[in-house]
Amino acid sequence: MSIPNELRPDLARIASWIAPGTRVLDLGCGDGELLAHLHEHKQVSGYGVEIDMAGVIGCVARGVNVIQRDLESGLAGFEANSFDYVVLSLTIQSMRHVKAIIDEMLRVGRTGIVTFPNFGYWENRYQLALGRMPVSETIPYQWYNTPNIHLCTLNDFDALLSSHGARITSQMVMHQGQRITFLPNLLGSLALVRFEHQ
Amino acid sequence: MTHDPHSIGIVSAQCAVFDEPFPLQGGAVLPGFQLMYETYGSLNANRSNAILICHALSGNHHVAGRYAEDDKYPGWWDTMVGPGKPIDTNRFFVVGLNNLGGCHGSTGPISINPVTSKPWGAAFPVVVVNDWVQSQAKLADRLGIEKWAAVIGGSLGGMQALRWTVTFPHRIRHCLTIASAPKLTAQNIAFNDVARNAILTDPEFHGGDYYQHGAIPRRGLRLARMLGHITYLSDEGMGGKFGRQLKGEGGYQFNYETEFEIESYLRYQGDRFADVFDANTYLLMTKALDYFDPARHFGGSLPAALATTDAKFLVVSFTSDWRFSPERSRETVKALLDAKKSVSYAEIESVHGHDAFLMTDEPYMQLMHAYLNRVADEVQA
Repeated sequence: MSIPNELRPDLARIASWIAPGTRVLDLGCGDGELLAHLHEHKQVSGYGVEIDMAGVIGCVARGVNVIQRDLESGLAGFEANSFDYVVLSLTIQSMRHVKAIIDEMLRVGRTGIVTFPNFGYWENRYQLALGRMPVSETIPYQWYNTPNIHLCTLNDFDALLSSHGARITSQMVMHQGQRITFLPNLLGSLALVRFEHQ
Repeated sequence: MTHDPHSIGIVSAQCAVFDEPFPLQGGAVLPGFQLMYETYGSLNANRSNAILICHALSGNHHVAGRYAEDDKYPGWWDTMVGPGKPIDTNRFFVVGLNNLGGCHGSTGPISINPVTSKPWGAAFPVVVVNDWVQSQAKLADRLGIEKWAAVIGGSLGGMQALRWTVTFPHRIRHCLTIASAPKLTAQNIAFNDVARNAILTDPEFHGGDYYQHGAIPRRGLRLARMLGHITYLSDEGMGGKFGRQLKGEGGYQFNYETEFEIESYLRYQGDRFADVFDANTYLLMTKALDYFDPARHFGGSLPAALATTDAKFLVVSFTSDWRFSPERSRETVKALLDAKKSVSYAEIESVHGHDAFLMTDEPYMQLMHAYLNRVADEVQA
């Protein structure tokens, strides 16, 4: 008997947003965990994009198509409107060209899905109120060694999407793998947003 | 000699003879031809585990192993092919051949033309990559291989692998094209032209019929190889290995003798190559490179050329390769994405320039291992 692989909770939530038989582009796909799951359970086809060689080799070992490239240089090589979904999971907060990647996601895909650590989470606010930079489960770095250069709150991200003419079709927050419905921008440490062209 | 468990060990070459006339893309018809080849590993019962290795400009059928225990060098891709290596001969049946027009036993300019009973020389027709693929398919038929598990090649070899998916879109499961390009740029053709000119203007060339004159255009071939070799290395790699080191003591000599280490190295490479390679074959191989453009018969559209194949692709480039730069591999990848093909692409950090495809940079070996492991599982090797 095989035990099904437990998908990371945020990836499981993303997977639940993706319809069977569709084409998915997973940006910053790591070792291809999400795409392997989607391929197996939802007959989804597509590609991952990853800069790190270990991730690329991990994808190849799982049989996941992966294109090695730096997301900061955009998605040249991918045709407009060639994917049903473009996923950017826990990556945007460490990217330099945030607006450019949102534009690229809207260009190549019909639906975008972005997940990021919600800086508005109460614990972050509390640590700031005490006069220190927040260090938490979703932002586990000190200010001097963090790769995160573009942290934002759920509300900030909503505003950014509207400025790109994108419409939010679904959003939720989670904490420790559980969905949070009450006061999301305060009680959720991880934000998931799904959006489309206006 | 100690036994290396990761070497295929002692191997021997075979020869396949094809008697029927073989029309070439350039319009000429060869009355027949022979191909030298080697095989490693064994073909499984459902004949699904065969891998074809396509060689680059100077390669041949001796891909792995040694002919004798005391051979100084093993086959040219012994690091990649063998028991437990990425192209694992415990799982795959591996075929390497010397391409048509080669100078290692397959029919080529140094072979005897049956019509004249003299070496073909200048009369040997120009062959293109697609002619090679057609002749390789005849070898596959002969070996009882309907569909390759994979066709793999670096540089010019990668072009053959790519061409397989266009010419025989359903006879190849996986195409691995490494440090290659969908067609050459003007700069790349220009390098080939200078190399050819070195040979063509050598007084010993005799219009290509130097065999009858008991001559060898050695100087031209040597220069061609020296030029080529520069373009196969990166500035960084060359600098790291040789820098500005001088051969002798005592500083600059203020003459034109071989003085810097790099000069000595290039001359050695040129000499060694001129000893074992044929100038006409060199001309022919570089021309095949120049002509390669599978999109040409598809209105210039590479995605259209690749549309019908059911092959899956692995495209690999190396960061310091400027002769076949990552940019050129990305063109292949873009065409495959546009054609909605199954493709993975890796850009390997390496200081080895174009030659990196023959080297053993760890991520490269791991990647090849991972990919071919999947292929072996897929074909139940």
